[in-house]
Amino acid sequence: MAKVVIEALVARFPGDVYDPYEGAGGDDCAFVQKSKIVEVCRFLKTDPAMAFNMAPYITAVDYLGAEPRFEVVYNLLSTAHNHRIRLRVKVPEADLELESVTTVWRGANWFERYCLDMYGISFRNHPDPRRLFMYDEFVGHPLRKDYPLRGRQPLVPEREVKDIFRGPGPVGRD
Amino acid sequence: MASELDVVPGIATRREEATGFFQRMVSKGLGWARKNSLWQYPFVTACCGMEYMSVSSARYDIARFGAEVPRFSPRQADMLLVVGTVNCKQAPILQRVYEQMSEPKWVVAFGVCASSGGFYDNYATVQGIDHVIPVDIYIPGCPPRPEQVLDGLMLLQRKVQNQQHKLIDRVPVPTLAK
Ligand code: SF4
Repeated sequence: MAKVVIEALVARFPGDVYDPYEGAGGDDCAFVQKSKIVEVCRFLKTDPAMAFNMAPYITAVDYLGAEPRFEVVYNLLSTAHNHRIRLRVKVPEADLELESVTTVWRGANWFERYCLDMYGISFRNHPDPRRLFMYDEFVGHPLRKDYPLRGRQPLVPEREVKDIFRGPGPVGRD
Repeated sequence: MASELDVVPGIATRREEATGFFQRMVSKGLGWARKNSLWQYPFVTACCGMEYMSVSSARYDIARFGAEVPRFSPRQADMLLVVGTVNCKQAPILQRVYEQMSEPKWVVAFGVCASSGGFYDNYATVQGIDHVIPVDIYIPGCPPRPEQVLDGLMLLQRKVQNQQHKLIDRVPVPTLAK
């Protein structure tokens, strides 16, 4: 079903939508040029044969060491025709800015804030470009592969903790 | 107040015996009263909350221990139940709730997340709430069974019962205007 969509997309945006393939789980995927993402998304939403009226999940991936390093993944769903596709946009580390798709789907708002928070990928024309989960004092982007796993940044000074009693338990326990 | 006690510390005088007896009686009475009416403040942040609900509702019935009334104002509570994962963003809130409670107060870490961070050894989670506030009882388990929670509660009751209270001479509170 979605194969038709991908083929129509490739035919409509030659060169900008490239390398279509069938992903795990049977979803059809394609790569999209970074500068064309809003245009492609708007076409997918407004064209009656496509009617992708939902963006259930937008996220990012960090391929540390690869070039370009980041990728933003758009999972799209059409409730009218019941088909899904996945668009992948490669984002080089030197230019971590995309056009926001909140103008197409308002629901993309928090997903893009999530990408900003966790990966540091920012979105032009985003209505509310703040961090989603982490606090404002937090430095760095925790889901980047080069962020230390235990890089905690406590907001309040931590107490000294005495090692607690280890043993068979208090005497007189029943 | 310098009394004969300071001069001859080795010998228990009748006065010391009398105050000691009185002190113990007061401690016992206060402990008994406090342990059987623990007013709890549930600081519920994560999945352990499910188990907390089961503890506090009819089947396991925390009311048997006099702790059935959750107060949603820390000012009215004396047992802080930290139920669930506390992350770095929440740590200041937890600290503030703790500081708003009036003395005497006790803290129970409910579940491994509150006790030690559990398996969330990552960038966001406080590795045990004792890094933020002092804790009296740790209840292990992910989530702990209600029996475990009640066991922890009974341990806390024992602790409350055995607390010593000191009779002190009242010192006038210093004031600014003089
Ligand atoms: S200890 Fe287990 S059940 Fe409790 S909050 Fe942590 S993960 Fe959830």
